[in-house]
Amino acid sequence: MLDNLTLNQRAALLSVVMLVVGLLIWEAAIPAQKAAGELTEYERLTGGGAPKAGVPPPSQVLAKAWEQLSNPFYDAGPNDKGIGIQIGYSIYRVLTGYLMAALVAIPLGFLIGMSQVAYKAFNPFIQVLRPISPLAWMPLALFIIQDSEASAIFVIFICSIWPMLINTAFGVAGVRQDWVNVARTHELGPFRTAFTVILPAAAPTIITGMRISIGIAWLVIVAAEMLVGGTGIGYYVWNEWNNLDLTSVIFSILMIGVVGMLLDSAFAYLQRAVAYAE
Amino acid sequence: MSQPFLSIELLTQQFPDGQGGTLTVFENASFGIEKGEFVCILGHSGCGKSTIMNILAGLAEPSSGVVKMDGFEVSGPSLDRGVVFQNYSLLPWLSALKNVTFGVKARYPDWPAAKVEEHARAFLAKVGLEGDVVHRKPSQLSGGMRQRVSIARAFANQPKLLLLDEPFGALDALTRGTIQDELLKVWSETEQTVFMITHDIDEAILLADRILLMTNGPFARVAESVEITIPRPRTRTEIVDHPNYYAIRNHLVQFLGQRSKELAGQASDGAAQRPETVTIDLTEKTEDQSNPQLRAVND
Repeated sequence: MLDNLTLNQRAALLSVVMLVVGLLIWEAAIPAQKAAGELTEYERLTGGGAPKAGVPPPSQVLAKAWEQLSNPFYDAGPNDKGIGIQIGYSIYRVLTGYLMAALVAIPLGFLIGMSQVAYKAFNPFIQVLRPISPLAWMPLALFIIQDSEASAIFVIFICSIWPMLINTAFGVAGVRQDWVNVARTHELGPFRTAFTVILPAAAPTIITGMRISIGIAWLVIVAAEMLVGGTGIGYYVWNEWNNLDLTSVIFSILMIGVVGMLLDSAFAYLQRAVAYAE
Repeated sequence: MSQPFLSIELLTQQFPDGQGGTLTVFENASFGIEKGEFVCILGHSGCGKSTIMNILAGLAEPSSGVVKMDGFEVSGPSLDRGVVFQNYSLLPWLSALKNVTFGVKARYPDWPAAKVEEHARAFLAKVGLEGDVVHRKPSQLSGGMRQRVSIARAFANQPKLLLLDEPFGALDALTRGTIQDELLKVWSETEQTVFMITHDIDEAILLADRILLMTNGPFARVAESVEITIPRPRTRTEIVDHPNYYAIRNHLVQFLGQRSKELAGQASDGAAQRPETVTIDLTEKTEDQSNPQLRAVND
């Protein structure tokens, strides 16, 4: 029977089987709560009748997801906002910091890629700044900027800049001399050469850097929002942990994964759009 | 002697040899090309053909000497000098048509898009590329088709001088033959001045009005300028029957096989190194055909 299916169908079937089996094991592994009627008097007196905090079964998480996703944008005060609003805040911060990083990294990467002197001059700074965990900047950012929202955006900026900068420089430096010669023999000025020859030639490498950056930015925003608080999916996870609402914690973890995947697939699409075969 | 259309005067190229000294590739090379002429240059690898080509294209600077075109000294690359590179140098993210319009737009920035495309399509058609094939990317084209696109791009720009750097070097013999025919056709329609590097003697005889022969390096020089005394239009099947064909071919083979080495490595003592003009023509002679008539003229 399996022989008639395509490769993709077989893979999809296997994925579904793994999901179902995993969920069943999870569901079965959760110990059942004892009903209050079966408790001894002593147990009732010591609070045994209250529901025990435990990892929720997948059925509860699914119910939570249904409840949250059916009304994602409700706003009932500072600590009770819909998942859509929280994710919206996070995406807004990620995109703002990320776009600012792109505006700096791509032109600077062009410069570094075109000029040996610029490459050698910038390289020591890049090598020292790049390995710094973005969250290490947070105290300094909070002190200087004096605004938690802007500090979170700055942390996204500083973590997204390096892969884009390095990949742009690498892509620009690696543009084949033949293509540059084509531009030269056609008397193209520096700007037209940059936009009509070097940019399309380096685009696949640049987009790869942008894709790595957006992935890192999405990883970092969760941690940054746990620190700065207020809004965002990272704050939401931490807030639900403080509420001991593990169902919401698990649900939001899944949402972080889904949004991260969507951001990544947008760049995967972009990557295919600019790819070329030699 | 009047100034030719393109004149190369006392061109010298030296490179550091890596041990503190200099390596002179060629010294005081001097020759000219007339308007509308098709000139091929033949020589062994390393004699500096490509260097001369790059200097003419403006992609490299000579150590000394000047190149004058139409009486003006050339410096840097220009749309007046189109180049067809051996490795095609098409932009792989553009379709064949877009690669040609890329050049046309640079050449004629004032033209409307429709005119640019029409012009590009016309030149693609001249090399046999018509229909849907012009929308393919270079990676979807065979080597021969890519070189056709490259030739169309160069001709479409109607440069004053067209430089061909071993354009058929990477193609198989059959494809090479077809594209040579197409090149001849386009050239005869456009009266383009062409300077071409090649390794292939038969190709040079088929295409050229004149063949420049270079000795081996270092201190290479353009030693001879051999006139191809076979009337046009030429086809590859007919020229082999022409009485001058094998005489010229033998002369070229002898030069490349033997004399290019004997003449190598001589410094010029500062004098201009002009090629000797060699004319081999057996058609005027009917009786004594034992010796090819060889007339050397120094100009």
